Amino acid sequence: MSSLHFASRNQKEIIRDPLSLVFGFGFPIVLLFLFSIMQQNMPYDLFQINKLTPGIIIFSFSFLTLFSGMLLGKDRGSSFLMRLFASPLSARDYIVGYFLPMIPIALLQIVICIIAASFFGFSIDINSLLAIIVLLIISFLFISFGLLFGTLFTDKQVGGIFALFVNLTAFLSGIWFSLDLVGGTFKTICYLLPFAHAVDATKAAFSGNVSGLWGSLSVVVGYTVIIMRIAIVIFRRRMQS
Amino acid sequence: MTIELNELTKSFGGRLVVDHLSLKIEKGEFFALLGSNGAGKTTTIKMMSGLQTPTSGDIKIDGQSILSNLQVAKQMMNISPQETAITPNLTVMENLEFTAKIYGCNTKEAVSRAHDMMAKFRLTDRAKAKAKTLSGGLQRRLSIAMAMITNPQIVFLDEPTLGLDVRTRRDLWNILLELKGQITMILTTHYLDEVEALADRVGIMHQGKLCALGTVLELKENFNKNSLEDVFIYVTEETEVLV
Repeated sequence: MSSLHFASRNQKEIIRDPLSLVFGFGFPIVLLFLFSIMQQNMPYDLFQINKLTPGIIIFSFSFLTLFSGMLLGKDRGSSFLMRLFASPLSARDYIVGYFLPMIPIALLQIVICIIAASFFGFSIDINSLLAIIVLLIISFLFISFGLLFGTLFTDKQVGGIFALFVNLTAFLSGIWFSLDLVGGTFKTICYLLPFAHAVDATKAAFSGNVSGLWGSLSVVVGYTVIIMRIAIVIFRRRMQS
Repeated sequence: MTIELNELTKSFGGRLVVDHLSLKIEKGEFFALLGSNGAGKTTTIKMMSGLQTPTSGDIKIDGQSILSNLQVAKQMMNISPQETAITPNLTVMENLEFTAKIYGCNTKEAVSRAHDMMAKFRLTDRAKAKAKTLSGGLQRRLSIAMAMITNPQIVFLDEPTLGLDVRTRRDLWNILLELKGQITMILTTHYLDEVEALADRVGIMHQGKLCALGTVLELKENFNKNSLEDVFIYVTEETEVLV
């Protein structure tokens, strides 16, 4: 129960920061709009809306990394976490408390992006429901990255690392361009990381290709478990020290 | 509740920060722990409140070691850290309710206690204000109210009036004096007038050791000094353990 109270506090802290809302929800829509306009003047289908939307949603998840990392980093940097560590909250309460409030934010990002994309011609059908579930699972990866960054770094450092992370997410995932266009070592590196798999799984889910999404999704889940595990181990160590 | 430290020791690497500290604080006592910067006060408080594990020694509350059952001990204690520890985007009321709830209060009880604390700490008129909009003095009051809302039997106040203006400090003293006797309070501070105004007994730490212990009057008599400040200066110049 304490973890839910803690989660509620964390959610309020995030959503009451207007910049979070602008960047987390508004920025992906602006990108959708800009790329759709660019597509209208292009002779080939680089930013075709059905290919672009899954990538934009994955890109918007990088803000979950920022929100969770900043919140945890800020708490660690202030005496507030000391107050919490002196309370009867357990390590499990902290992890649940920081993780849980991100899920409704992720869900909102997904729904807002899909609705916004539909205005630019994105087709919503029964497969979109499957895609929402797949995207929610993928969002855990980005939340885990945030918790890891917040455990390791201060809120100011998390801000700097986010700049690097958001670019890695964008360029190593095939969000803006097909990885087949580059190919070679670059593509191999991209598929060693989870981001391209996240985009592939989402595209497969939106197109109803259920059998095609498991391979990519399992890579994402594997990364999520590893990153989360590392974050928990480091957090527990910090608690005890 | 009586709190007893037995040979409490903490070292970081090879550096001894708290050196075999033994001390007994009685139920309802207002105890002030003094010392220069780096004397080991905050580390002692952190060990007593379960934030740090001692290298050796034991801490007992009413005869029971807290190290073997920390979660139960944490339920009985609370801390007001050196820096203001509030959650900035929550209102005053929400900060208080949140603290009560993570210590197990249901919503009705948490609301009731929050109203009591706001009245006691004169925060009622700012109940709906976000904590980040409060002045430094009000934030500090809120931070201490958050420590008190859980009805702790032992509360640790780590430099609670640091950086506050004279008026705000005096206001806070009055609030703490009202609570005196009801809770065992352990205060660390650099303000000696604060100690004289509030504390029943004083311990002075130097280089991790407890070098003086007694009431302000006893210390002045024992060290043949006219003021607590003179006692403090004398004791913190000596490295020999006097108690």
